[in-house]
Amino acid sequence: MRRVLRRRSTIAFFMCLPLILLIGGLVVYPAIYAIYLAMLNKKMTHFVGLGNFAFLLKRATFHLVIFQSCLFAVTSVTAKAVIGFLLAHLMHAIPGRHQRVWRGLLLIPWVVPLALSTLGWWWMFDPSYSAFNWLLAKFGIGAVPWLGSTGWARFCMILVNTWYGAPFFMIMYLAALKSVPEQLFEAASIDGAGALAKLRYVTLPMMRNIISITVLFSLIVTFADFTIVRILTDGGPRDTTHIFATYAFEIGIQSGDVPLGAAASLFMLPILAVASFFILRGVARRDREMAA
Amino acid sequence: MTASLSRQRRWALWGAYAALGVFVVMFLVPPVYMLITSLKTSAEISGQNTNPWLIAHPTLANYTELLRDADFQVFFWNSTKVTVSVVALSMAISVLAAFALARMRFWGSGALATGVFLTYLIPDSLLFIPFFKIIGKLGLINNAWAMVLVYPTLAVPFCTWIMIGYFASVPKELDEAALIDGASWLQILFKVFIPVAMPGIIAATIFAFTVSWGQFIYPLAYLYSSDQMVLTVGIISDLIRADVFQWGKIMAGSLMAAAPPVVIYAFLMDYYISGLTAGATKG
Repeated sequence: MRRVLRRRSTIAFFMCLPLILLIGGLVVYPAIYAIYLAMLNKKMTHFVGLGNFAFLLKRATFHLVIFQSCLFAVTSVTAKAVIGFLLAHLMHAIPGRHQRVWRGLLLIPWVVPLALSTLGWWWMFDPSYSAFNWLLAKFGIGAVPWLGSTGWARFCMILVNTWYGAPFFMIMYLAALKSVPEQLFEAASIDGAGALAKLRYVTLPMMRNIISITVLFSLIVTFADFTIVRILTDGGPRDTTHIFATYAFEIGIQSGDVPLGAAASLFMLPILAVASFFILRGVARRDREMAA
Repeated sequence: MTASLSRQRRWALWGAYAALGVFVVMFLVPPVYMLITSLKTSAEISGQNTNPWLIAHPTLANYTELLRDADFQVFFWNSTKVTVSVVALSMAISVLAAFALARMRFWGSGALATGVFLTYLIPDSLLFIPFFKIIGKLGLINNAWAMVLVYPTLAVPFCTWIMIGYFASVPKELDEAALIDGASWLQILFKVFIPVAMPGIIAATIFAFTVSWGQFIYPLAYLYSSDQMVLTVGIISDLIRADVFQWGKIMAGSLMAAAPPVVIYAFLMDYYISGLTAGATKG
């Protein structure tokens, strides 16, 4: 029996070996390598400790990067969560046989590769041919400098990210809504609960776990976004709309200061670690609930 | 009382349809506008007095010219070869590992499963700088095959994670019966688990496909010349020359590049959605 067990665990280990090699060689090793790179000087000839991090923290541009990343992530995730929640409830209110078509249409922003749909947005924000400005002009409103001014550029980035991500929230919430037992709502109705009371005392507590997992997951992805900012503004005007990833790309890949770029991207690590910790806790709690 | 209640219900229902309709229109504005632009000539696009939302002289010229364009064909082929290789590689790695992690408990398997989930949370924008140096050392800068090396880091963790969930839901009696009949573990995987967990395999394959087809930061950082580029980066670099934006072609190219994932979605929507939600509701 013991020999069988040993054989079984040996086979299992070999089946996991490609995965272990991939995670070790192409995720863990590069992550550690990034930390090492971030502690070298520009020519990568000697060790400067935390010098790159300190240098970045002293630059006004980088202060703006930190501010912009947080603003972008928090605002977009909030907007996506609210719109997704609303959409999921609207979907839940219509008969099941009609949900397929609506769901199919509403999920399209999520299905089109982001790099390609952002090109479409970019074209709609174009300074001289903006389709939005044409519509605004019909209502007598002057042209809006969509990507030309810092405030509007920030708004556009958040808009595109919300457009892209809200369907994902809708799908997650809809799955969670469907798993809430109908009897709970009926019991609440008999107790005289209105729509708001049901939302507060039945729906939200039942969905709490999935809401927090989805929000934290989206926070990571949004915080680490690159595509939208890179295509829409590439950090402009005057480096006021960079977020960590685009800034790291500009100094690390385009200007060739790899260590400084690595340092800039590593500033994402603390928030990713905190969010991951809470996601893991949420997933573990859900597993316990499902096992119980 | 009942009549007014049912009338109220009907109003609520129509309200829900109306609100959903408004959202659908807002969500579809960008792709529809891309389609409108792609059907126009450059002259019409740059005309200042025309309504940009209407097409005066519809033309397919943007599409036909792109389809004949050698560079565009190369981008499409590069995207295809990279994506097919990444999907095959990622699925092989994740199915084997997920089976072992779901069914064959061994020392460290719990920690490895958690590790898989954690790697899923590491974004591409954190790893592109070390990869730049690593790919450089391997001599693979400006080589489309380098993408086959780095994309699996994005696809494998999630595919493994959801496959663990699908495999774990296969009844234990099935593999116990097969074991008693003398089947080997690999036979059990191929003859029992893969057929039973087919919906999961399809969902994971779709995920791996969409991730590698739409990847942007890695090809942008490591591919420089037209013969190595994939669609996501090729379209912009090739159709914007010397500040001349060929908008009609850019939009036509983007739509054609977006077609494979959209078509897959249209035909396999249920698998697509079960893959999306599986990460948080299964596993």
